[in-house]
Amino acid sequence: MLCERCHERSASVHVTRIINGDKTELYLCQECAREIQPQLNFSIPKFLAGLLDYDPGLEVKAAPKVEHCRECGLTYEQFHQTGRLGCPDCYHYLAPRLDPLIRRIQGSSHHRGKVPRRAGGNLRVRREIESLRAQLQQLVAQEEFEKAAQIRDRIRNMEGRLGEQGVQS
Amino acid sequence: MSLNLERSSKWMEGSGPQADIVISSRIRLARNLKGMPFPNLMNESQEAKVIRQVSQAIRSPMLFQAVGELQLQPLRELSPLERLILVEKHLISPDLAEAEGNKAVILRDDEAVSIMVNEEDHLRLQCLLPALMLHEAWRLADATDDALENELDFAFDQERGYLTACPTNVGTGLRASAMLHLPALVLTKQAGPVLAALAKVGVAVRGLYGEGTEAQGNIFQVSNQITLGRTEEEIINNLSAVTVQLADQEREARQLVHRQNRWQLEDRVGRAYGVLTNARILSSQEALQLLSDVRLGVELKILCDLDQRLLNQLMIRIQPAYLQLATGKEMTSFERDVRRATMVRELLTEK
Repeated sequence: MLCERCHERSASVHVTRIINGDKTELYLCQECAREIQPQLNFSIPKFLAGLLDYDPGLEVKAAPKVEHCRECGLTYEQFHQTGRLGCPDCYHYLAPRLDPLIRRIQGSSHHRGKVPRRAGGNLRVRREIESLRAQLQQLVAQEEFEKAAQIRDRIRNMEGRLGEQGVQS
Repeated sequence: MSLNLERSSKWMEGSGPQADIVISSRIRLARNLKGMPFPNLMNESQEAKVIRQVSQAIRSPMLFQAVGELQLQPLRELSPLERLILVEKHLISPDLAEAEGNKAVILRDDEAVSIMVNEEDHLRLQCLLPALMLHEAWRLADATDDALENELDFAFDQERGYLTACPTNVGTGLRASAMLHLPALVLTKQAGPVLAALAKVGVAVRGLYGEGTEAQGNIFQVSNQITLGRTEEEIINNLSAVTVQLADQEREARQLVHRQNRWQLEDRVGRAYGVLTNARILSSQEALQLLSDVRLGVELKILCDLDQRLLNQLMIRIQPAYLQLATGKEMTSFERDVRRATMVRELLTEK
């Protein structure tokens, strides 16, 4: 069978394309397949890393000093190429350049989800105090003073425990 | 230890909320161990260390209480064919199947809980349930995660949440996804615009086998794009809402097609059933398309006496690796097509 694109060489590659739900099937030769290849060769990590190059113009800052992770040695260049970080500490050492990227792809830079019991440090307690404070306000607004007093005591109790732990996280 | 690759998975049961359109629901959590490089920078002895720690953790009483017995299977001990079956059953990623080094998969007997070890992250915990049960799957994943965290030190940062190898997963490390069968949206050419609109609400759309695969057999996967800055419940509620919306649209399209083109539709379903029960050569692509037509027929009650569960099982059984395992030998693509036709014919007509 001849290539359906150049009608010269024999077809050896089968390409299926779906555009707006319409499927087209093509039998192509190596050469033609390679020519239409770029759109089929999309890599998410590379795409992400590419986002780093995007500079909106106004945010012209001096290039941050730290360009590699002091824990695993991963350089910013390496991350740029693969889109993969080397170790958990990369988030800390590469932060000046990584944090803007995270904000760009996630639209946020602050974790609001689950906090692990042990590794979460006192974040769990702090979150709980926050939610108790909200409850307290509501109870006061509803003039449920007895219940509010109970909540207030619980908050004091928890804050006391936080204080004992110091500022460690 | 023996791994029963031919068993059916929990998600194939085919019953539950929105089961006429939503085939399965999945929750995936990415977790990494503290003080250890991510898998892409690990050497084999570090990989072995992760496997050792995790295999100890899954034997803890708390984990057993949370999810029951889990079995660890080193991927090295499996043949390439066996690994491919795990891919076809959505239990491991194609990348992990091809990877060198010390990798493993942990499975519960019903395959509703599985953990990839040393894939892109140290742990990729997955809970896979039938129909639209994202909240149930999350509860199961959450409990498993709690029990694992009791034994393992996870890399966590108070600002950025769970730290992952790729910044697209940081925060919750949560990817929630649902697999939907949307033949009427495809038939009425609405699938393109409807699915394109999902990107605007932070939902990604993929084909049957994840990233970069085409939508075979009118099956689409939807999943959340953002993992940071929202709580797990918010992410799951959002995806559930989108899934229900899609299912409603699909149901409407089905009614419309059935009202306006009743004979054409019933003819199509009948022909698909006819081919599946009589063909002697079937490619997997053709089989998936015909199964989609038959599934639609069952859901619109054009065909009776056919079970969703059987259709779900068939979707996996017609895949190349599974077929070869069931036959017990490697086959050429032509031999597979013949074997596939025989198997489908037998399963659909026995009773």
